[in-house]
Amino acid sequence: MDGEYVDALVATAPDGIAFDDLHVAHETDGYTFQTPDVDHSGIDEETLRTVAAESPHVRNWYFWHATAPQKADRWAFLRWLEGAEQRDVAERYDALADGVSATWGELHLTVTLSDGARTYSVRHRADADVGTSALETHDDPLDAREIAKHDDDGGYRPLKTAPSLQTGWAFPELSAGEFVTTVDAFYPATIANWHREREGELDVSHWRDTVDRQTGIYGVVKTWDRGDGYEHVNWVAEACCDDSQCLKRREWQYDDETDLDVDGGSGTFPCREPCSLVIAGARKWTKLEGEETQTYEFELTPSEKEQIEDIIDAVADGEAEDIREADIYEGANRYRTRFLRAKLFDDEGNLGGVETEQ
Amino acid sequence: MDEALVIAAHGSHLNAESSTPTYDHADTIRATGAFAEVRESFWKEEPSFREALRTVDADEVYLVPLFISEGYFTEQVIPREFRLEDWDPELWDSDGTSATNATLAAEDTDQTVHYCGPVGTHDSMSDVIVQRAESVTGDPDVGDGFGLAVVGHGTERNENSAKAIQYHADRIRERDRFDEVQSLFMDEDPEVDDVADYFESDDIVVVPLFIADGFHTQEDIPEDMGLTDDYRTGYDVPTTVEGHDIWYAGAVGTEPLMADVVLERAADAGADVSSAIEQVREETGGAKPATGD
Repeated sequence: MDGEYVDALVATAPDGIAFDDLHVAHETDGYTFQTPDVDHSGIDEETLRTVAAESPHVRNWYFWHATAPQKADRWAFLRWLEGAEQRDVAERYDALADGVSATWGELHLTVTLSDGARTYSVRHRADADVGTSALETHDDPLDAREIAKHDDDGGYRPLKTAPSLQTGWAFPELSAGEFVTTVDAFYPATIANWHREREGELDVSHWRDTVDRQTGIYGVVKTWDRGDGYEHVNWVAEACCDDSQCLKRREWQYDDETDLDVDGGSGTFPCREPCSLVIAGARKWTKLEGEETQTYEFELTPSEKEQIEDIIDAVADGEAEDIREADIYEGANRYRTRFLRAKLFDDEGNLGGVETEQ
Repeated sequence: MDEALVIAAHGSHLNAESSTPTYDHADTIRATGAFAEVRESFWKEEPSFREALRTVDADEVYLVPLFISEGYFTEQVIPREFRLEDWDPELWDSDGTSATNATLAAEDTDQTVHYCGPVGTHDSMSDVIVQRAESVTGDPDVGDGFGLAVVGHGTERNENSAKAIQYHADRIRERDRFDEVQSLFMDEDPEVDDVADYFESDDIVVVPLFIADGFHTQEDIPEDMGLTDDYRTGYDVPTTVEGHDIWYAGAVGTEPLMADVVLERAADAGADVSSAIEQVREETGGAKPATGD
């Protein structure tokens, strides 16, 4: 291995190297080799080899050009993880010896340097401080596809970036290439879109563009936009795209001139267009919102009105299942809700005994 | 230059197993090393059709739809969502079951995309149906004394849907391997509900031409055929219905040999994958030479 990076350096020197504080050139009077620590010029190949073999800068150069994936976004992602743009090589190598970590959605990512080589690891951020032996370990990046399918309760996760990634697993030792494959299996295309955004090239497709493109059973969604109003899209974004529902940061708006009034979230990686779940939801809402409102008359006590609000909140916030069985102080408690149903529903299930169709 | 394979499949918001055959076939192909990268992509899951290409490093991509029929998805949705410039269904020059491939540029990534016809209408799909019959009966020579029903959704959404079913039923019938071969449908005549009426043979293998097991293949069809009153209680293979033994195979798309059809599509579009095809046919029990016509 040692020979490999030195051989590569000698082979590349005639083209000149300037990377991460390493400068190497081959001129008529011999080689120059400069780092913040050493400055050689006019040295012969043998000396160059000796100097290079001991230099972390050479190992670092070799890693970034021969070991790390070369696709621009993957490369930039790995640089971001170890703070390559903020720390020089010496500082970075010191930090990497202890491990450098970052969060990506719910992933806890770590890069560690041992014996001069980088290894990467991935686990759930909730497991950041859990010993690896207590976690189920994996070495095949594609295992992430199966882990990402279900939450901790075994429920199917149709949205990969929902904040419901299961815990209890680790990929403790990955190469750079395996590492980006793993992250991309958990959160597909997030690295590519994050990089595009950093480069100022994120191709955002706003609500209007996206619904205009729909055909088949989803074609109906375009009819939901009427005139200048976009309040309905605020509701969609609040329902589906909030940080509590999706870890992408929503960058799409109503159209390129009209921003939504709802916050896009604080995710590290962007969301560049309404996803298939949003469109499927919008199809249903387009139909439901086509209905005219009606006035229904039935009576509720103030506590009953508040209880209905509590139930809606509990379901919308995914907290219904967390309410303890005997906690009758919670409006969305099961016994409280069953009591409300027993009192207010008629035999046909009509609230207040009032028929839906009037 | 590196080449990638991207498989485009439907996926599901509701069913966790919908993506499983796609992953399985991708893994089989990945293991051959025929492509620098193999990527799954989904209409309902992630990576989405819109964003799959940008996750691929290769400049040249073979895009194979893991769909049964030609029509709405293969002619409209996939080319639109992958942003294939200047796509026109005429480029496939298909009669509904004879799609070829077209080379196009992806608007957002500039990759060269060889857009292939779906697996479901490729000739080698007939081999997978037969192999599915072998798998479910456990008999590599199944045919004599057996009827084969190829089951499809029907024309509800797409007239080519029925064409693909009939196409393979016709091809398999011409091989004279099974005593009878019949195409049946869920929502039109001849209906799968009446499977026993359409066969003389005592034994009938029923192979649904679906990519993944799900609502239709696991709930509808078994109940419609009378294999069970309630899919949740399961059914035997075979189950006797009106004097016939029904060998219900489940979705053909779960048959490992499907990986071969994906490769065949890419090969037809110019990918140099002949040794991978050989390897996959060997591994998935499809080692017999393809029956050409």
